[in-house]
Amino acid sequence: MHEALIFLAAAVICVPIAARLGLGSVLGYLIAGVAIGPWGFGFIGDVDSTQNLAELGVVLMLFVIGLELEPKRLGSMRATVFGGGSLQLAMSGAVLMGALMALGLVWQAALAGGLALALSSTAISTQAMTERGELDTPTGRAAFGILLFQDIAAIPLIALVPLLARVETPGGNPLWMRVGLAVAAIAGVVVLGRYFIRPALRLIARVDVRELFTAFALLLVIGVAELMSLAGLSMAMGAFLAGVLLASSEFRHALESDIEPFKGLLLGLFFISVGMTIDFGLLASRPAAVLLLVAGFVALKFASLWAVARLLDICRERWLFAALLAQGGEFAFVVFGVARESKLFSAEWEALLTITVALSMALTPLLLLLHDRLTARGTKIERAADTIDAQAPVIIAGFGRFGQIVGRLLLANDIRAVVLDHDPDQVESLRKFGYRVFYGDATRLDLLEAAGARRARLLVNAIDDVESSIALVDRVRANFPDLPIVSRARNVSHYFELKLRGVEVAERETFEAALRVGRSALERLGIDRFRARELADAFRRHNIASVDATLPFYQDEARRMSMAKQGREELEQQFARDRERFEREHGGAGWK
Amino acid sequence: MILVILAHPYPRRSRACAALVEAIRDLPEVEIRSLYDLYPDFDVDRAAEQAALARARLVVWLHPLFWYTAPGLMKHWFDEVLVRGFAYGPGGDALAGKDVLWATTTGGDEWAFSEAGRHQRPFDAFVPVIEQTARFCGLNWLAPFVVHGAHEIPDEALRDAGRSLRERLVAWRATVETRNA
Repeated sequence: MHEALIFLAAAVICVPIAARLGLGSVLGYLIAGVAIGPWGFGFIGDVDSTQNLAELGVVLMLFVIGLELEPKRLGSMRATVFGGGSLQLAMSGAVLMGALMALGLVWQAALAGGLALALSSTAISTQAMTERGELDTPTGRAAFGILLFQDIAAIPLIALVPLLARVETPGGNPLWMRVGLAVAAIAGVVVLGRYFIRPALRLIARVDVRELFTAFALLLVIGVAELMSLAGLSMAMGAFLAGVLLASSEFRHALESDIEPFKGLLLGLFFISVGMTIDFGLLASRPAAVLLLVAGFVALKFASLWAVARLLDICRERWLFAALLAQGGEFAFVVFGVARESKLFSAEWEALLTITVALSMALTPLLLLLHDRLTARGTKIERAADTIDAQAPVIIAGFGRFGQIVGRLLLANDIRAVVLDHDPDQVESLRKFGYRVFYGDATRLDLLEAAGARRARLLVNAIDDVESSIALVDRVRANFPDLPIVSRARNVSHYFELKLRGVEVAERETFEAALRVGRSALERLGIDRFRARELADAFRRHNIASVDATLPFYQDEARRMSMAKQGREELEQQFARDRERFEREHGGAGWK
Repeated sequence: MILVILAHPYPRRSRACAALVEAIRDLPEVEIRSLYDLYPDFDVDRAAEQAALARARLVVWLHPLFWYTAPGLMKHWFDEVLVRGFAYGPGGDALAGKDVLWATTTGGDEWAFSEAGRHQRPFDAFVPVIEQTARFCGLNWLAPFVVHGAHEIPDEALRDAGRSLRERLVAWRATVETRNA
């Protein structure tokens, strides 16, 4: 409890300040970590136990990113992941290995160190890309593909280190068994995702206890991560895989909004823990060596990334690409640790390289800031278009008998819509017909956010339950006051409730259909079809006017009753006058 | 009060009519009723339309020329609003003495409206039906305002057209005021 207090207080103080100064949230968290860590005020003694929890933040982040990537899109990323990733690892690795050899390391140590330094921080660069809305751009996709490849490559790299030192891994399995385990674990996650998780989610959703769904979502992510780690694979990669498998499911937005707060907090904790591990004692005793190492490392990595960007045909944003990935990653810490244990590195080198990587992470937000200063033009416009393009202009809440007709009219005219429905069975059957419907309670603020309510142009409220329908309107009016609402009304009092809340359009659901039936009845009784339409039009006009006239006295039942009675009399008189006129003009005599 | 009865089926797609409307929108005491926006289902509200006419001193019928006459909803408006007992016949003097200005935009150029042109008649030959509709209701017929070749007219010429329509309305108001004074 005490530690939680410190973490939360440090974050709440440091992050807004950093954000205000335009440094980004990551640097704020890092500074918070430095402040409370052993080299700051020393509030937190046990850095390791924090790190374990913090790693969950990275895992959840990769899960959410996976959720946003559908398998189809992932397939089209294959070339960037494997082509771009291996190219980057080879180029950056070779350059950094050369530099380490020049500093006097033997080639085995330089190879391990160079490859480890070539890895970038998934957490830092992805967070930076998310904050900048860069994930969906070509540059962002290339960078993310490379990060994915690094996550995959880190595992064999860690296994490679003891081999380079010619020391047997302590208590390790033979290589074939490790590969077999890894393949089995991945296959297991795919099978689970396909055949088990979705039905389980459906079952849980039907229970309709909200926190149970959240609990299951967390259980799911942590379970998959644990499974991968047992097989010796990266937990983050496992979570990513699980996310991708659920990306096309109806639970995508619900999962996203449930996991999001945990992800944000734990990721913050992760950055704090990185800040805490920075060894300022070493920086104080050998400032020149450390600073030179950091500068040299970032410069070399930046240059090699720029060259990779050239080879990958990233034409406009090479500088951004290099700045995003120019830091060292979390895996480097692990590799350095293993390298020291297997006597490949001296303790001194491990400490030096670890602080280099940690400082390079802290440098990333500054590097990005510098990049923005130097290329102040051009990029902004492109990014704005991208984000708008990535979302639908219409949100449809409720896709039952009513919402479907509205939705199909829009969809048939190429108007994209995010469709939400809270009935898992309904969602399942609609998905069979090929509709992209998402499961979730549309009255929830986080789900509305995930559906893009902030930038949508219209909300169609087709929810059948009066209470939920009104709750949705209240939520939208409070949080997205600029989002116009077109709404279904179950009955007159629902219509009043909607109108009182300023809903732009409210349509009584039975009114038009009943008028239509009334018209048909008139036609059957021998009245000309166009005349029947005119009569129905007149009725509609009068009815809407008198209902709206009673709106101010909605609560006053007696008053409403008398007004309604008066309205009926007016209508009768009006129809009588109209009939008279009609007979006079079209009474059979005359030229018509 | 000047009442503009605008009949363009797709006001957002309109160029020529929209330019004319924009040119006069900010004049004082102008009411613009866009029929296709008010009655997309053709359920013209006779009472509301007759009340608007009663308020007006000058009525402007503004529309693109469809088949040598007004678009369907405008014709329907004539049928529904200009009825016996309001516009003509016993007690039908609601419009008597008011002025009417017919403003229309055409697709063909002026030459197309000639004996040798595509429409085989000068434009004047197509005026009488609308003109007599107005006269039958006791409206004073003003010289029509016509913009030819509206689909390819340059922006500059369109702006000029808007300006001259505006000048006509301003001049009309001035003469009415001197007459009253």
